[in-house]
Amino acid sequence: MALLELEGVDAFYGRIQALRGVSIKVDKGEIVALIGSNGAGKTTTLRTISGLMHPNSGTITFDGKDITHTRPSQIVGLGIGQSPEGRRLFPRMSVLDNLVMGAYTRNDKAGIASDMERVFTLFPRLQERRSQISGTLSGGEQQMLAMGRSLMSRPKVLLLDEPSLGLAPILVETIFTIVREINSQGTTVLLVEQNAHKALDVAHRGYVLETGSIVQHGSGQQLLASAEVQKAYLGM
Amino acid sequence: MVGSGASVLKRFRSSQLGGMSLPDYGFYILCATAIVLLATQAVLHPSDFAQILVFGVTQGAIYALVALGYTMVYGIIELINFAHGDVFTLGAYIGTAILGFFSLTEGSFTTINLIALLLVFPLVMLIMGGINVAIERVAYRPLRNAPRLAPLITAIGMSFLLEGIMFLWKGPATVHFPDILPQASTTVAGVFFGFKDVFVVVVAAILVTLLALFINRTRLGKAMRATAQDRDAAQLMGIDINRTIAATFFIGALLAGAGGMIWGLYYNTIYYQLGFRSGLIAFTAAVFGGIGNIPGAAIGGLVIGLTAAFSDSYIGSKWTQVVIFGILIGVLVFRPTGLLGMRVPEK
Repeated sequence: MALLELEGVDAFYGRIQALRGVSIKVDKGEIVALIGSNGAGKTTTLRTISGLMHPNSGTITFDGKDITHTRPSQIVGLGIGQSPEGRRLFPRMSVLDNLVMGAYTRNDKAGIASDMERVFTLFPRLQERRSQISGTLSGGEQQMLAMGRSLMSRPKVLLLDEPSLGLAPILVETIFTIVREINSQGTTVLLVEQNAHKALDVAHRGYVLETGSIVQHGSGQQLLASAEVQKAYLGM
Repeated sequence: MVGSGASVLKRFRSSQLGGMSLPDYGFYILCATAIVLLATQAVLHPSDFAQILVFGVTQGAIYALVALGYTMVYGIIELINFAHGDVFTLGAYIGTAILGFFSLTEGSFTTINLIALLLVFPLVMLIMGGINVAIERVAYRPLRNAPRLAPLITAIGMSFLLEGIMFLWKGPATVHFPDILPQASTTVAGVFFGFKDVFVVVVAAILVTLLALFINRTRLGKAMRATAQDRDAAQLMGIDINRTIAATFFIGALLAGAGGMIWGLYYNTIYYQLGFRSGLIAFTAAVFGGIGNIPGAAIGGLVIGLTAAFSDSYIGSKWTQVVIFGILIGVLVFRPTGLLGMRVPEK
């Protein structure tokens, strides 16, 4: 059984339909990429999974539970973490406090401390800057903090929204290496990216979203080789 | 040419001179002028000046308590809670009603007075907290995702409703608040200090310190700051924002209730529209300090209290409201981020 499954999800912003019958499966241990152009509904998909908005029809199940109408604060506790588009840090809080907020749903002090260590091992830069106010970090550091913060809830599934957006090429490389590393440590990843090439390269499987509908899916390598994907998203 | 006034203002705000914008210069020049004028008075008539300072700090401490509630609510849901001043007044009304059950001795300080005070003061704070949470639940939460004007209008409605309740309850005349604090006083170098002055300042300082500790150290306090800074991100951390926002209203009203009790104990006279005028003055204090900024509201309250006291003495009390609301307009036009406005870049 899939760890996270969306079935026929329709979602609206007011009267505008953003998702049309989206069905996605994410199995335990996978990296699944969701690619598509601007406005295709990638971020909406993640917002719907996290409960920031609810589907008008269709179901979302996680770990055997129906979470279609569960509140976002409870969804985090069930094991879904998200690093949102645009990082969305708490800009006037320190790096450390941002990470502490990431562990908001947890009470196990020892576990939180060891996860903090894990984040600092993944992103040594954050440890150097632990008492800096997060709004003054560079873009790359902010992205690292956003990912680190989302790991602090010790999620079973990590939703990553555009982690490479606006970063220098060398940092993009680093970020994708870290996505792989997070996954190899046992966290399932659902990755939303405009950088289709990198995303499909790191992903086990991928889905292509176009104006709110899934138009293609397959293994990362299959999609990389697909003529349509190459034409539309890889600029070949 | 519609909007040209706004664009002139925008250009004025962003015009630079040696790294600082022109309105900033204006702001600093005004502050410096005020300080020089006051310093002159301080040198010429030191004991008068010190006496006014004592009045000003006492008033300012009350304004600070009320201003904190405005600023906390604005910080978390960007609502100017017009009913907040009336919550403050209602605190004084409920306080005087409950104190009526004790056989108090006015004008002196008895054990019963002390017991009544120790019981009623926190009780009123808690009652006001509960009332404010209820107000948020019925008047603001249903409009959380409505256009911003909608909750603003229900806030004004709530303000009229609370004033109406107090009007029906005790009538339009002023209401007596029992005078139960010790009357002790002392004169230091020609400056009169009452026990009341000290009481007001000490209680306000304790409450503000507790608030600062709560906001910066506790889990719920940090969740409140996180929700204020980015509501969606806070939800993605697992923060229940309904609870956090309710807690903000609760704490804001604890302080307003304390402010109402202190006002009553200090002035011994309250009336149902007290919250309208004092509320606007406290709101000015919050804007002056930078709306949404908690230390700013505390400092703004002190500054506005001092301004009112100095204006009463040196300009004439009939001009005080002109001076204070002049400051409100001046800050909104030239420095909308206030004295301690948010300077951290938000990328």
